[in-house]
Amino acid sequence: MNLLKISWSNMRFKPMNTALSIVLLAFGIGIISLMLLLKEQIGEKFDRNIKDIDFVLAAKGSPLQSILANVYHVDAPTGNIKVADAKKIIRNPMVEQAIPLAYGDNYEKYRIVGTTTKYPEHYGCVVSEGVMFSEPFEVTLGSTVAQETGLKVGATFTSVHGFDNAAEDDPEAHHHDKPYKVVGILQPSNSAIDNLILTPVESTWMVHDHGHEEEHTETAEADHTEEHAHESIGEHPDHASEEHVHDEDEEREMTAYLIMKRNKGAFGMLSKLTENTTMQLANVAVENSRLMNNFGLGLSTVTAIAIVITVLSFISIFISLFNSMKERKYELALMRTMGGTRRTLFTLIVQEGLLLVVLGFTAGILLSRIGLLILSNTMKDNFHYGFDKLGITKWEILLFAITLLIGIVASLLPAVRALRMDISKTLSNG
Amino acid sequence: MLSTNRLEFKYENGPSFSFPDIACGKGEHMLIIGESGRGKTTLLHLLAGILKPQSGVVEITGVNTSSLNDSALDRFRGKNIGLVFQTAHFVQSLSVLDNLLLPSFLTGSKVDKDKAKAALTRLNLGDKLHSKPSKLSVGEQQRAAIARAMMNNPAVILADEPTSALDDRNANEVIAMLEEQASLNGSSLIIVTHDKRLKDLFNKQISL
Repeated sequence: MNLLKISWSNMRFKPMNTALSIVLLAFGIGIISLMLLLKEQIGEKFDRNIKDIDFVLAAKGSPLQSILANVYHVDAPTGNIKVADAKKIIRNPMVEQAIPLAYGDNYEKYRIVGTTTKYPEHYGCVVSEGVMFSEPFEVTLGSTVAQETGLKVGATFTSVHGFDNAAEDDPEAHHHDKPYKVVGILQPSNSAIDNLILTPVESTWMVHDHGHEEEHTETAEADHTEEHAHESIGEHPDHASEEHVHDEDEEREMTAYLIMKRNKGAFGMLSKLTENTTMQLANVAVENSRLMNNFGLGLSTVTAIAIVITVLSFISIFISLFNSMKERKYELALMRTMGGTRRTLFTLIVQEGLLLVVLGFTAGILLSRIGLLILSNTMKDNFHYGFDKLGITKWEILLFAITLLIGIVASLLPAVRALRMDISKTLSNG
Repeated sequence: MLSTNRLEFKYENGPSFSFPDIACGKGEHMLIIGESGRGKTTLLHLLAGILKPQSGVVEITGVNTSSLNDSALDRFRGKNIGLVFQTAHFVQSLSVLDNLLLPSFLTGSKVDKDKAKAALTRLNLGDKLHSKPSKLSVGEQQRAAIARAMMNNPAVILADEPTSALDDRNANEVIAMLEEQASLNGSSLIIVTHDKRLKDLFNKQISL
């Protein structure tokens, strides 16, 4: 026998009232917590993908789209740009580093990106199996791609033209004959790279350039020997392929360059250089904050609804405690005659309020996790993006503290009435 | 065991009462009889410390109950006074057994499950231990309420109209049980009633 048992019995004695209070609170808290989780995890994902990338140089179009396509890999690119044009910008002294990206194909909806090894290096990606790509038609798989497609080191596959939205059975999408060979698999990096298939830029050019295929394979082979030469004198092997891109393929096209600036004010200067060209420079920070604001607006609306539900749940808890206190007036007076003090009754009622909010909060946190998993699966199907952090966040600890506080406030009035009750009158009228 | 001295009480904007002095020795049984409106329940509430007198003194086991503060009085009442009302009331959400454990729990005394079970079994309620009080008949409820009043071995048992809602047979049974339980416990028993049927059953009587 203890007070908690009495509170618990009282709650179970009115299961409908109790359930209504708990369900309302669970939904309110669940949605608020889900919004907080989404905001935090999406922000985190974004930050990880941005990772010091200042600008994206791509074909003219929506700057937001070029960020989405080339940094987050969730939208179609804006088009292609000429390497020769791009060179005028990326060779500017204000550019610290420029990573080329060339799109074109996909395999089972995973994008094949032509790039240099600087790209995975930038994200700190390490090969977990095999080696990093170096020759045309060699690919290194992102961890998610390897996991989902089941491709192993040594496996070969042919690509499908187009982006991740082109279904494999789409008659428009044609297969390319030249097979890619998996030479390595990356460790998970929690960035967009996990969902990409990386290959040297030359592969993507050659695959769409059947007439020159022979010639370029040769070039690539020549380049390969050259690379070995560089390696032997201790230079970074990448350098060779990068130079090769710049010097010999000026008529070639690239989808985008990810640019890291060297100094402040670079954006204005470099932007000027894109005037009168088919290119544009998108500022990652600016576009990203615009994206977060739009996205945040949606979250705020949903959060506002959730707050209304939560307020309703507290009103429900208040009414339920108040009614229960009125119904149990005689019982409470009786407890006073049996030795219970005013404080006993006060504690009993506040405790019931707290039990309700703790149960509602717990159910809400569970709901938000279920919601996150469902959302995450949908996102994975559509964007290869998922959320997997299910732990309790610091926001939720704050939310819990607020919930407890409001639980106490909701039970205070009924509890004070019990405290002040005139037991003689109550017993006489019972 | 229980004595009063020049007890007076006045309700706000209501009637005022002055009560004859009462002296009930240890183990004594007495009847306080009076018509409606003579302040029977008021007297019982004064004796139980549920109401505070405007003047006069209630002494139980040598303690002047007016001298205790609120929560000390609540505890004192729970330990030393067993109350039985006209209709039995329970904490509806708890089982009959748990209701019997309440007085010990609320006064911070040792919670003796076996004692409660034995008491209920003695009153033929052994099969109703885990039922909700509302599942009991009126007679069963009154028996369970009497058992509950005895749980803390109170010095005084105060019964407020314990028989007025019952037929002759049940009334006699309840009075017999009250007297028997009070005797077993060595408690003083004070029954406040307007029920004339009880007049011949008690030697010691006070009329209001």
